[in-house]
Amino acid sequence: MADLTTDFVGIKSPNPFWLASAPPTDKEYNVRRAFEAGWGGVVWKTLGAEGPPVVNVNGPRYGAIYGADRRLLGLNNIELITDRPLEVNLEEMARVKADYPDRALIASIMVPCEEAAWKAILPRVAETGADGIELNFGCPHGMSERGMGSAVGQVPEYIEMVTRWCKEYYDRPVIVKLTPNITDIRKPAEAARNGGADAVSLINTINSITSVDLDQMCPQPTIDGKGSHGGYCGPAVKPIALSMVSEIARAEATRGMPISGIGGVTTWRDAAEFMALGCGNVQVCTAAMTYGFRIVEEMTRGLSAWMDEKGYTSTAEIVGRAVPNVTDWQYLNLNYVTKARIDQDACIQCGRCYAACEDTSHQAIAMKPGRVFEVVDEECVACNLCVDVCPVEDCITMVELEPGATDPRTGRVVESEYANWTTHPNNPAAQAAE
Amino acid sequence: MADPLTPGIVPGRMPGDEIAENFADLHKPLDPHEAAVAADRCYFCYDAPCVTACPTEIDIPLFIRQIATGQAEAAGRTIFDQNILGGMCARVCPTEDLCEGACVREIAEGKPVEIGRLQRHATDALMARQSHPYSRAPETGKRVAVVGAGPAGLACAHRLAMKGHSVTIFEAKEKPGGLNEFGIAAYKSTDDFAQKEVAWLVQIGGISMEYGKALGRDLSLDGLAAEHDAVFLGVGLADVNALDVDGADRGGVDAAVDFIAELRQSPDLSSLPVGRNVVVIGGGMTAIDAGVQAKLLGAENVTIAYRRGKDRMGASRYEQDLATSRGVRIVCNAQPKAIHGNGAAAEIELEYTADDGSGLKGTGETLRLPADQVFRAIGQTLVPVDGLEMDGRKISVSATGRTSKAGIWAGGDCTPGEDLTVVAVAEGRDAAEDIHAELMGVAATATGARLGEAARGAAAE
Repeated sequence: MADLTTDFVGIKSPNPFWLASAPPTDKEYNVRRAFEAGWGGVVWKTLGAEGPPVVNVNGPRYGAIYGADRRLLGLNNIELITDRPLEVNLEEMARVKADYPDRALIASIMVPCEEAAWKAILPRVAETGADGIELNFGCPHGMSERGMGSAVGQVPEYIEMVTRWCKEYYDRPVIVKLTPNITDIRKPAEAARNGGADAVSLINTINSITSVDLDQMCPQPTIDGKGSHGGYCGPAVKPIALSMVSEIARAEATRGMPISGIGGVTTWRDAAEFMALGCGNVQVCTAAMTYGFRIVEEMTRGLSAWMDEKGYTSTAEIVGRAVPNVTDWQYLNLNYVTKARIDQDACIQCGRCYAACEDTSHQAIAMKPGRVFEVVDEECVACNLCVDVCPVEDCITMVELEPGATDPRTGRVVESEYANWTTHPNNPAAQAAE
Repeated sequence: MADPLTPGIVPGRMPGDEIAENFADLHKPLDPHEAAVAADRCYFCYDAPCVTACPTEIDIPLFIRQIATGQAEAAGRTIFDQNILGGMCARVCPTEDLCEGACVREIAEGKPVEIGRLQRHATDALMARQSHPYSRAPETGKRVAVVGAGPAGLACAHRLAMKGHSVTIFEAKEKPGGLNEFGIAAYKSTDDFAQKEVAWLVQIGGISMEYGKALGRDLSLDGLAAEHDAVFLGVGLADVNALDVDGADRGGVDAAVDFIAELRQSPDLSSLPVGRNVVVIGGGMTAIDAGVQAKLLGAENVTIAYRRGKDRMGASRYEQDLATSRGVRIVCNAQPKAIHGNGAAAEIELEYTADDGSGLKGTGETLRLPADQVFRAIGQTLVPVDGLEMDGRKISVSATGRTSKAGIWAGGDCTPGEDLTVVAVAEGRDAAEDIHAELMGVAATATGARLGEAARGAAAE
């Protein structure tokens, strides 16, 4: 059995699956259940400053996007940070950490962007024995309107400043949680590193309106006839998160910086993908909120089985393995030529490939008598749309043309040398404008 | 009280509630969530094979997508545009041989999209509205006689009424619906659906009904033609084939269609007598409907005896499985030789058959089964209509239902083609369009589905 133990910025946990700071980690009861179920770590629901806690809405906090059979694909929330008193949270955290010393327990914090506020809360968090802190610079609703959450995360200078305070007043690892509601994710990550952050975690939720109630003419979730944007998460956001993670993993300024991956992790495979793109561990929320804490068993068993199959003995061996293969478009090999191939035995003759190609692409699939669908190589640009819309896995595949073969579409012989955008003879914009 | 072992043909072999349970809806309606899940399975195929397989060419992918997007009533409209009896067809069509049999997911997984049940979901949704979804064109002043209030006649009448013509339907029985009312197993059309459907259909207006009027008895073709601008015959097959064996006239030997009709009309199924040992002769849908229903009424033993092999049975594989799952035994390659008894039937003698290529022959080996009730389900035949050219034993017609006589159209079971409700609807509808074109001097509207390149407006070849 592969070893799932992870050491993330010095914080050890029996597996790389942490619960993200969110409703599932709001209090002792939930967190104990999570640890009993096998979660490797927990980022406690975000703490606010001392004093009267925030008040949440008393109508619906979540909105959902469904796939077939009401399978939850995306979740939107307008919940705020913890609405329980600071001291209650701190007492519970101390008790839980004492009872589960082998699990990671991280305190998520969001206080006003003032040095005094951070100076005040950090020693109290340290007393709980928590393994580290995560700075919530990400929540896009409610708190951001008061200068916190994503309002900080959208200004790299603030990130650097607050991170510096935290490193000054707290001696354990500091993780900076980033908001995706920003143009270039590398900038806040770089600011976090400059401020001395031990790691970044991302992505927090994405600004979103789930849907519109067409009777009330109001966004959902609806509170007394009004709606507000919330934060989007769940399987639907995973591609966005993967891309942002990869940007930080390969940018010169942030390369090698530990990353805790967040964003739609639902299965062991999702976790492996995040880790391959540079994440030392992953944080999960929507999957747990959808299926309960027991899904961690599938995740740990699945990751372990896959690692065994591939011969990986520790999670460290996976981390960042795919990063060297993330490149810019300009470096993609233009001499790599493929054509779609339809496996006639597997084809169920639905014709979706034909409709997609004929209507919206390159008219590269012919429909022959008897509903036989065949690729017209002379037209096929290998766009992959037919593969993507085909309901039968592996029925349509992309087959590489060997060097020396002639591409019937272009009439050109496929060359064996790598040649990209910058070297292509026909490219008028081989050099990007600076 | 009687039980399954009580000898003879007696009512009440099972408690009333058990019989009622047996005759409940064979396929329960889908609830909205089930419908959404079932609809989501549709791939929205290009030139969908299910549409081609539907005799009325309903745009199935479109109506399923309408269900999937929360528009069940609009989906119903899509169906009724092609098939005004889409509600009944959803219940009685042998979908396994038609749309669902052609579904690409049947090929891929052996589990087709549940088109029939989805169609019922959509048509039920629209029919639940109080108003009829179609309105009539301005009155044309043309009068059309429709003979037979079965599926062909009703479909024809509705389309004609919609075009603005005045239609009179002449029906031999005292009730409309034809085989939908009298010839369908009760568990396929529960809750008096056939009557409700007719009531809903005639809400369009312009259709009047005259019951107890049979062609050849109360009406003549010439008389109808003289009094109307056009005549449509949807008279069905009113005669049943006789069984030509010794003892065929014994008590307890009846036509399966009469049993099925009686069953459908019975207000209390526990008062309907059925034999202890029932044998049905035949291999079509009628044989299955009679056999299964006899079993559901509490007969101890029900055997369907068919003279050819299982693969030649007119009943679909699904129907055969339904029968065997209800405890009906199917004996193939066996033909009736004699019905024995002292007065009433007591035993049937069957002879095994073989076909060496020169035709079906008895092998000489026989089988005797106890039989206090024997149902003939060996086909129905047309009551001849004088003055019309025949095609075999049916009325010869063109593709749009024109008979050999000008001004007379025909469709449904009395004309060649498969004897299915959905085929009858298509023929009635298409004849109506042709009648309209003829009466108004216009080109007939195409009734087929808009498929493939025609649907996408591509330039003609």
